[in-house]
Amino acid sequence: MQKNIINSILLVSFLILGLHGFSQHQENLTKPEDQEAEKDLKNEIKNDIKHHVKDAYSFVFFSNSKTGESYGFSLPVILIDNGLHVFLSSKFNNGNKLVHIGDTYYKLSHSKIYKTDAKGTITLNAHGHPTNDKPIDLSITKNVLSIALVSLILFLIFSGLAKSYAKNGLIPKGIGRFFEPIVLYIRDEIAIPNIGEKHYKKYMNYLLTIFFFIWFSNLIGITPFGINITGNIAVTFALALLTFIITQFSGNKNYWKHIFWMPGVPVPMKIILAPIELLGVLIKPFALMIRLFANISAGHIVIYSLLGLIFIFKSYLGSSLSFGLALVISVLELLVAILQAYIFTMLSALYFGFATEEHAEAH
Amino acid sequence: MEIPGIVGAGLIVIGAGIGIGRIGGSAMDAIARQPEAFGKIQTAMLIAAALIEGIAFAALFAA
Repeated sequence: MQKNIINSILLVSFLILGLHGFSQHQENLTKPEDQEAEKDLKNEIKNDIKHHVKDAYSFVFFSNSKTGESYGFSLPVILIDNGLHVFLSSKFNNGNKLVHIGDTYYKLSHSKIYKTDAKGTITLNAHGHPTNDKPIDLSITKNVLSIALVSLILFLIFSGLAKSYAKNGLIPKGIGRFFEPIVLYIRDEIAIPNIGEKHYKKYMNYLLTIFFFIWFSNLIGITPFGINITGNIAVTFALALLTFIITQFSGNKNYWKHIFWMPGVPVPMKIILAPIELLGVLIKPFALMIRLFANISAGHIVIYSLLGLIFIFKSYLGSSLSFGLALVISVLELLVAILQAYIFTMLSALYFGFATEEHAEAH
Repeated sequence: MEIPGIVGAGLIVIGAGIGIGRIGGSAMDAIARQPEAFGKIQTAMLIAAALIEGIAFAALFAA
């Protein structure tokens, strides 16, 4: 029984991670100019990695670099610029065509939309960043669609669980047997020790949502579809902002007193410590954001680079070794997925605990 | 491929490695003293390691 489970887990992981190889471009192996081909290959791999980690306006499953064909579907672009414009991103034709609406032209350059003139000029400033105007962009990009997908998965799983509890009493059946220990762990080891028996129930909704959302988003990022939700700093910024808002709004008098006018500390020290504590209030959610973003996107970049190594070593030994290494790192990424979700949830619970702390300490 | 960037990245990794190594070491000592407390010590070790890694990654992205 044990052996069967281990075998099936290994089989599934090999299948999923083996599919990664198909999401890269195929390279022509018989180029006569060796040096040039080498440099082009490395540049192409670098551009590919950047492109896979960033957001995109269409969902590409496969693409063929020789014919330039890509297989996927394009997503709607929604711009607000003197009125609402909605169109499919296939009008941009991967950045080759300008979209002409009214009397403004829009150009897609490096997965951002800019307003240009009729010729599509993009003026660059000293650092090489474009200085054109940008319209207000509310498009449904790949990340928005993926977040909606993860939310749908979460909703389906947990509403199904709630229904099965309502039907069968408190003993879980089926997939409830997997999720109940996790939910209880979050309640007993994360929420109650940090927030305390009296107030923890108010925050359980948020903590559970955050934990499962980050965990499932990280897991989806490991699949070969090239979806990168939590590796996008805007998404982690939003999550950290939510934690920040909840701590500020649930801060009671003790919390603010501890920040600005700590009891039991001489007055000169209080004046020095107050700005530092104020900075700490801002830095703690900022660190949450950076920690999650950096861990996940660094992991993605490492995996893509190792897979790109397969194409640089054009030999059986080198390619298979780099594939093996990419496999090992992918398994590590599975651990990092749940660990980062756990850390985010635990630190959020810690901050909520600080905010709602009753006066119990003897300073 | 600038030199200062790479040297900075190397220093950051050394710092993170030393920090997490020390945490791991003291966690091992604590577990050896009291094997029943393995769960709590492991939890605390992972939290401290994640905090240090957070700073290390943030600095790595800047370098």
